[in-house]
Amino acid sequence: MADLHFLANPARFRRFSQRVLPALSLASVLALAIGLYFALIESPPDYQQGETVRIMFVHVPSAWLAMAGYGLLAVLGAALLVWRHPLAALMARAAAPVGACFALVCLLTGSLWGRPMWGTYWVWDARLTSMLLLFFLYLGHIALSRAYDDSARGDRAAAILALVGVINLPIIKFSVDWWNTLHQPASVARLGGPSIHPTILVPLLWMAVALLLLFVLLVLVRTETEIDRRRLETADQLS
Amino acid sequence: MSGFAALVARDLRLVWRRPGDVAVVLAFFVVATVLFPLGIGPEANVLARIAAGVLWCAALFASLLSLDRLFASDYEDGTLDLLLLAPWPLELAALAKCAAHWIVTGLPLAVLAPFLGIAFGLDAKSLLALAATLLVGTPTLSLIGGLAAALTLGARRGGALLALLALPLCVPTLIFGAGAVESRAIGEDFSTHLAILAALALVALATTPWAMAAALRQAGE
Repeated sequence: MADLHFLANPARFRRFSQRVLPALSLASVLALAIGLYFALIESPPDYQQGETVRIMFVHVPSAWLAMAGYGLLAVLGAALLVWRHPLAALMARAAAPVGACFALVCLLTGSLWGRPMWGTYWVWDARLTSMLLLFFLYLGHIALSRAYDDSARGDRAAAILALVGVINLPIIKFSVDWWNTLHQPASVARLGGPSIHPTILVPLLWMAVALLLLFVLLVLVRTETEIDRRRLETADQLS
Repeated sequence: MSGFAALVARDLRLVWRRPGDVAVVLAFFVVATVLFPLGIGPEANVLARIAAGVLWCAALFASLLSLDRLFASDYEDGTLDLLLLAPWPLELAALAKCAAHWIVTGLPLAVLAPFLGIAFGLDAKSLLALAATLLVGTPTLSLIGGLAAALTLGARRGGALLALLALPLCVPTLIFGAGAVESRAIGEDFSTHLAILAALALVALATTPWAMAAALRQAGE
């Protein structure tokens, strides 16, 4: 909790983020380079899926990050509603479009992979539909937080929506277990260890690390922008 | 509990004095449903196949249509401020508003839907199933829609935003509602679907009043 309060002051947050950003940028470029090297060159084509298996190295981490991003929105929403944490509102505003992009990337890459593998761009099974709903929830969050003239009201309304919408996350996660779906069940995070071969697992994890770093980087940069925007708004109102 | 009943009675009396508001919603439901046979074509087996989904979607849209006024008129004339000041849980007040909304929209829709189902060529047991699922499912729509209405109170583009917020959250109810009617039509046991619908309604009942009250409090600030 001490850390949360430490970052509540926007100026202090800025000093913190400016110290972290260069290292973070470097780390995400490096991780992306390593991840892409493993994903595109080092790993062999799958014996059934052929080269299209490489789509998975973007698709799976994007899905993880889209879900984690919504979880982050819910945590930030709770921090805003419970502690009136001033930075939580700005960070939620910054993180929602990033999470929505990852959800969209997940849907699009999945669709492109589905065409050669399943013979169709889209099926209405539980995993795909719940992921689509997550994308819509992101859109609702973005629209709601920007729908008020008083931005503080939009932030709090969106925070409540984030807390309600978080119900969807377990539905996405367990949709492949609860319903008989065309989408394959979990193969990495499961009891008894991952069921996929190390030559596929290693690039997947590298890409996951790279995209996670990219996510954090984008959210930090966008939060700084939101702080600037809020300062300009306040300056406008005062003048 | 008398406060709850008083609030429901007040909302019902307001509707009773201006019955046109409800009539428009029901007329929308009928017209929107009738458009489907005109657009898709009159083949009886196709219509019977899609009837449950069409009627459920139309009921969902119709119940959303009247929701943007649920808290807005109270917000404008100051009633909401009184409810906020009253020594009485705001959660119950929000629940009372949703209950009144369900009585004037959900209930008539559930009664009306089987008659429209006849025009789609549904058999008797599917018609009963349709009415039963709507009866159990529409309270969820009123509660989720009430939450969306409370969140968008005073927002720009409130109506469209309300639909964007409420529709994704209503999808489970829609799936199990229409699914129940279809499983009944092919002779399967539909009590499982009905139980899931009831479970969804109970989850909404247990969670949305708190979220609605939180949204109304920050609207009143």
